[in-house]
Amino acid sequence: MARTIQSLERAAAMLRLLAGGERRLGLSDVASALGLAKGTAHGILRTLQQEGFVEQDPASGRYQLGAELLRLGNSYLDVHELRARALLWADDLARSSGESVYLGVLHQQGVLIVHHVFRPDDSRQVLEVGAMQPLHSTALGKVLCAYDPVAHSQLLEAEREAFTVRTVTALPDLEGVLDLTRARGWAADVEETWEGVASVAAPIHDRHRMPVGAVGVMGAVERVCEEGELRAQLVAAVRDCARAVSRDLGAGRF
Amino acid sequence: MTDAHMQGPFIAAIDQGTTSSRCIVFDRDGRIVSVDQKEHEQIFPKPGWVEHDAKEIWTNVQEVVAGAVEKAGITAADVKAIGITNQRETTLMWDKNTGEPVYNAIVWQDTRTDALCKELGRNVGQDRFRRETGLPLASYFSGPKVRWLLDNVEGLRERAEAGDILFGTMDSWVIWNLTGGAEGGVHVTDVTNASRTMLMNLRKLEWDDRILSSMEIPAAVLPEIRSSAEVYGTAKGGALAGVPVASALGDQQAALFGQTCFDQGEAKSTYGTGTFMLMNTGDEPVQSYNGLLTTVGYRIGDQKPVYALEGSIAVTGSLVQWMRDQMGLIKSAAEIETLASSVEDNGGAYFVPAFSGLFAPYWRSDARGVIAGLTRYVTKAHIARAVLEATAWQTREITDAMTKDSGVELTALKVDGGMTSNNLLMQTLSDFLDAPVVRPMVAETTCLGAAYAAGLAVGFWPDTDALRANWRRAAEWTPRMDADTRDREYKSWLKAVERTMGWIEDEE
Repeated sequence: MARTIQSLERAAAMLRLLAGGERRLGLSDVASALGLAKGTAHGILRTLQQEGFVEQDPASGRYQLGAELLRLGNSYLDVHELRARALLWADDLARSSGESVYLGVLHQQGVLIVHHVFRPDDSRQVLEVGAMQPLHSTALGKVLCAYDPVAHSQLLEAEREAFTVRTVTALPDLEGVLDLTRARGWAADVEETWEGVASVAAPIHDRHRMPVGAVGVMGAVERVCEEGELRAQLVAAVRDCARAVSRDLGAGRF
Repeated sequence: MTDAHMQGPFIAAIDQGTTSSRCIVFDRDGRIVSVDQKEHEQIFPKPGWVEHDAKEIWTNVQEVVAGAVEKAGITAADVKAIGITNQRETTLMWDKNTGEPVYNAIVWQDTRTDALCKELGRNVGQDRFRRETGLPLASYFSGPKVRWLLDNVEGLRERAEAGDILFGTMDSWVIWNLTGGAEGGVHVTDVTNASRTMLMNLRKLEWDDRILSSMEIPAAVLPEIRSSAEVYGTAKGGALAGVPVASALGDQQAALFGQTCFDQGEAKSTYGTGTFMLMNTGDEPVQSYNGLLTTVGYRIGDQKPVYALEGSIAVTGSLVQWMRDQMGLIKSAAEIETLASSVEDNGGAYFVPAFSGLFAPYWRSDARGVIAGLTRYVTKAHIARAVLEATAWQTREITDAMTKDSGVELTALKVDGGMTSNNLLMQTLSDFLDAPVVRPMVAETTCLGAAYAAGLAVGFWPDTDALRANWRRAAEWTPRMDADTRDREYKSWLKAVERTMGWIEDEE
């Protein structure tokens, strides 16, 4: 049998105990019900309380289940909520960068575009909301794979097509790209998906610091890059936008 | 690039709205530099009555102006002009010697003048002043509210006739206070706000003596009617002391201006709790025979005035809120799209939210809401879809009325407001209208319109072409529905609308 972690088993037992009725339990009730020393029980309860799984009534000092537990079951962020929160910031990013802006989330081994702001010139453009982009080659996809473990595992299973000569398809190389993405906080795609097109993207986090999506700009490589490198100002604008949306979703400053 | 917009000069716009007052600082490209906002109390003394404390509002306006200037990190010297936009029709009277309001501001939604409006209609009915003012006798408009105050505030009529009392909509109140209040404040209103009082002649753009005497309102209380874009005076004191106050526009007209609907036939629709659609009809007022209002769109300096047709939908965003709060079918407003997207169509269900009767173009107060076409097959997802379709069909009904009245076909609809983040709704709108739906890059079109008008007045922008060049398309939805489906669906919708009528009997 695989080794188990005793303190986690005890924490689970405590949650079951507190879920067992409408009662609020004091520290000694919990300790004696589970046959634990008061100090041990208190340490576990305090940890659960910090995570929001348990709440302590300020008047009586008794413990009950926390609101966080309820949220866990149905806490995924609605993508339309994400779009509504991102609208203002995405508009501003398009205006300041002069390029089109995309907001993507993980969906069926790819990136689902949930919001698209046109490039602010008078050219004819088609709304791409609902379109899919590949995970392994686009800036949005790389950001999702770097920050979201589920996206990362899907990347391993997905077919990784070489769209251009610059597409990175070998896993060890891709892992290197994702390490770099995590280290600098943004990802790039310079002609790896479409010839002549480059993009930059950064992660959006929710209030639990969970990665919920990515936002990025995309445009002609001649405008987006300067001497073979992505323009630093553009990278800064994308990261500012991602942080602003994250803040609106309740993520702290980071 | 990112920081280019932090260099001045700037225009500050004050939006004195129904629930809050805001100040936004804009740069020359029309980009937002900073925002500050403060809500004020909604006072409900009796059922149907809604009031605001005008002194609280003025305090809030001063605070948000200071707040926005501070957040932008600028000084009054960097600001070229102040523009004003405001909740329309809300009515205030105050003592010109002390600056003290004689009563709370009576808010546009307040229905206390219902009976008075019927009485004022005499044997003619609600269209008694329509030819002159473009408006039906309804409780929204300011004139009857002024009359109510004169009749009900002790001693007010005598003080008004003695010339001690001023009347104004919220633009007048803010401008009077900004420019010095009891110490030399200017008492003005603009043509768009004046066109909602029911006291102004639409063609002459002057107070109408016959209506004033019918409503028994002394001319001494009235502000001077000015254009929407000219320097009324300069701010005395406060964070923007010395800056010219250079525009005033009612909120919906400001949005029309901010959306740069400067050509005849251009229209905008603002999707919030309710929806307001305005179409530019050029320099002639168009009388409506299809239940729309005729109003002034804007007037720049001494140029010709531009008129508009207006249609409003009472229940749009509030229907989504109703689904969330009363029905509990969704947890947040944005989720309506998730739920509605889980099915291909409405499953045969149609939702007509005539919660307080049918408004434009029907005006049937005996109607109440229905959900029609229910079968065992219909799920909550179909109802969610019907909710979004209701907003789209009601927009279609108003555009049809506008086309009939003006003879101008809608080429594209410019949209703004909170509901424009709903992609399915915007696509449905385009499908039902059979016209492109376009969202601009700055969502704050109301404040932007006030800023534009003020900037024009002081030469910050040379002309409306320069403003048009600032307009950026953020998204566009094009029709994907075939004509047969659209016609069939529209017929079903109209059948559902019919079923709402006559529900309330013995309407008095």
